[in-house]
Amino acid sequence: MKHLLSAADLDRTSAIEVLDTAARMAATQGREIKKLPTLRGRTVVNLFFEDSTRTRISFETAAKRLSADVINFSAKGSSVSKGESLKDTALTLQAMGADAVVIRHQASGAPHRLAHAGWVGSSVVNAGDGTHQHPTQALLDAFTVRRHLVGTADEPDGVGKDLTGLRVAIVGDVLHSRVARSNVQLLHTLGARVTLVAPPTLVPVGVEAWPCDVSYHLDDVITDQQPDAIMMLRVQRERMGADGTGGTSFFPSPLEYTRTFGLDARRMALLPEHAVVMHPGPMNRGLEISADAADSPRAVIVEQVANGVAVRMAVLYLLLAKEREAVA
Amino acid sequence: MSSGTVLPSDDPRGSASPPATGSEVLGAPEISRALTRIAHEVLERNKGAADVVLLGIPTRGLPLAHRLAERLVAVEDGLDPDRLVGSLDVTMYRDDLHRHPTRTIGETELPPGRPAGIDDAVVVLVDDVLYSGRTIRAALDALNDLGRPRAVQLAVLVDRGHRELPIRADYVGKNLPTSVAERVRVHLVEVDGVDQVRIEHGDGGDSRAEVAR
Repeated sequence: MKHLLSAADLDRTSAIEVLDTAARMAATQGREIKKLPTLRGRTVVNLFFEDSTRTRISFETAAKRLSADVINFSAKGSSVSKGESLKDTALTLQAMGADAVVIRHQASGAPHRLAHAGWVGSSVVNAGDGTHQHPTQALLDAFTVRRHLVGTADEPDGVGKDLTGLRVAIVGDVLHSRVARSNVQLLHTLGARVTLVAPPTLVPVGVEAWPCDVSYHLDDVITDQQPDAIMMLRVQRERMGADGTGGTSFFPSPLEYTRTFGLDARRMALLPEHAVVMHPGPMNRGLEISADAADSPRAVIVEQVANGVAVRMAVLYLLLAKEREAVA
Repeated sequence: MSSGTVLPSDDPRGSASPPATGSEVLGAPEISRALTRIAHEVLERNKGAADVVLLGIPTRGLPLAHRLAERLVAVEDGLDPDRLVGSLDVTMYRDDLHRHPTRTIGETELPPGRPAGIDDAVVVLVDDVLYSGRTIRAALDALNDLGRPRAVQLAVLVDRGHRELPIRADYVGKNLPTSVAERVRVHLVEVDGVDQVRIEHGDGGDSRAEVAR
């Protein structure tokens, strides 16, 4: 594995390898001394063209816990605001000797371009591109699901196992969600059955080709399928061109959206006892998820953030802790 | 982890039935006798085993540590096996990560019966083969991050020589004079289905320059 650009790059074996490595990494993060010398002397560049708090901090923490040097680059306040192209930015990074580039970009496909255009010889990790992919988020979601629903007393992280037989519902703004795309692919690869639940306006064209079911009715999915995990997606109003009243061209009003697709105390009660509630963050409390659901003991939203560091440590380890490949 | 193997420790060839090449230098009875002797040496040297923690280095150091613990418990009264054995994975502390394909990380688990960890304990590192000493160097670094033992000792089943660092074993099952072109393979029932130590003769392609260090 040289790059991690899409959840579709991972087959079942390599996905389990990442999750197992993440479990080992997570075990080291309970220690008093959390820093490992593994990537000493390596340089990781965080190249963020789009705003992000948790993903950038998570990657930065992961790289630092492995003793890599981290350079943070955000488009605001950089030469990009003076009109520098992705290519020239990439060549600058290459000249500085980056071993890995973690990139978030508003354009779908930018990480692929960076990895395959021959501008840089470093590994490229996609930290979210447009409405396309966010593979490390899918990996940390799979890791969280596996730890809660597959792990046993002997093996709390479910090491070596996949997610066969589990049912996962992904609810909300699928259209704008790179998290949903990556999760559908990865969870399917790992053997889980995924159902997307969204209003018809927020279901992307071509969804029939995805390895999942689609429903427009959240209550039916919860009662009929009894999902083991329910993942609420953020309503990405910044991508919807919201009008002044809070409604958008995709749904009439926030209240109507909440009534039909929000997770509240009533729907929580319909879920099976063991089901976990997930959200990739940041949450719109009161819109797609109510405070009752977000703060319930079955919500693993904060744990997802903690697992994100372990998963990103695993990805950096697997990409960088091996012999250097010749620059393409 | 056998020093001297080019392959990661989960090499499928290692877990398959042992190859017929090379010659057997230790069989199951010899391995058993060596471990029994080491167990007594550990007790003698530390005047009991009250503070002793055996940390096996995966893959094959771990079953050896468990076997040593069984012998200690059998000989010494009042020992709690839960306080005695753990595993110490050194992969993330190795100095050769950038020379090899990605290595699988093993489990590090301190003895569950010791809430204070390894602080002020006498840690006995257990591995199968002592070769360059680099695995043990990495283990000492890994220990450093886990706590501050009162003393660290080293027990190995086979010492094959050719040290590259100032490291020596306190307890040795068998000293095997080898050439660097040879390869020492330890097979254990728990991992490989059979107890034996073999020396295989290198065929030129296994020269020192390519050997894992």
